[in-house]
Amino acid sequence: MAKTSARDRMSNEINAGSMADIAFLLLIFFLVTTTIVEDKGITVKLPPWSEEEPDITRLKTRNVFSVLVNAQDQLLVRGEIMPVSKLREDAKLFIANPYNRPDMAEKPTKAIISLKNDRGTSYKAYLEVYNELKAAYNELWDELSQRKYGIPYSEDMPFAYKKAIRDEIPFVLSEAEPTAFGEE
Amino acid sequence: MSKFTKKRGKASPAISTASLPDIIFMLLFFFMVVTVLRDAELKVKVTTPYATELTKLEEKSLVNYLYIGRPLQKFQALYGTKPRLQLGDKFATIADIPLFLEKHKIKVPESRHGQITSSLRVDGEVTMGIVQDVKTQLRKSGQLKVNYSAKKDPKRSKK
Repeated sequence: MAKTSARDRMSNEINAGSMADIAFLLLIFFLVTTTIVEDKGITVKLPPWSEEEPDITRLKTRNVFSVLVNAQDQLLVRGEIMPVSKLREDAKLFIANPYNRPDMAEKPTKAIISLKNDRGTSYKAYLEVYNELKAAYNELWDELSQRKYGIPYSEDMPFAYKKAIRDEIPFVLSEAEPTAFGEE
Repeated sequence: MSKFTKKRGKASPAISTASLPDIIFMLLFFFMVVTVLRDAELKVKVTTPYATELTKLEEKSLVNYLYIGRPLQKFQALYGTKPRLQLGDKFATIADIPLFLEKHKIKVPESRHGQITSSLRVDGEVTMGIVQDVKTQLRKSGQLKVNYSAKKDPKRSKK
């Protein structure tokens, strides 16, 4: 009899005060071992591998926007030295060709950007050039989208709209095998 | 007057802390979901360059990482200072890439093989020679979706 009364007197609640501490410990463990990686970048689609070099000589020179980057990270755009800050505007002008200049792309669908670098080019310079060219296209898409649909171009706009825009101004960037003058 | 004093005397001062663990657990689960376990110890120095035209990598399980950079100070005695490729948590050569891709591929359901992206995390100071070799090897292995990892430029906004 005495036993049962003792059990009755015991409180049948477990003290949950230390539970918070345990959870905190776990939380701090996860905070330390994990990283929030900034998983962002420029997405590109590489061309499939083929043994023979693509032949770009049969293209009209007016449709090709050649960009060369040398081992000193200097730019040669269509035979002229150019700072990277001017590249975006120039590429846009070339692709859209608003004044129908005879030395620029016949129409956006025929425009081809040819990028060639050296093995000694720094990755930073290469990515900067790539970024500018991509930005030129992004701005053109955005302008077209505003004109046609009145909304800014974005990845999550209706698929049909996106396809129509991409059909009108396709992103064509051909990368040639780099030269090897400045290999470290 | 007596009314007030009486009330204050009777009120129990303890606040129940029973829901505190629940709140902490909620925080814990939040962090567990949004973060990714650090899978590889970096052995090369990687400071990705800045860019503006960024896209976000959505699903972590569909991404494999290739690191290119100069070996860290403590590895320089063994591996030199030339830019090296790191796959997983060890130094590798270009020839190791196909096996590395294959190892990642078997963890992904077959229907999603086309969506696998290779994230190239390359140091800005590295020259294009090794990057080009890696790109060529990726093309030969049929891994065509590539993401050049970059940081958002704080000075220049997109528009």
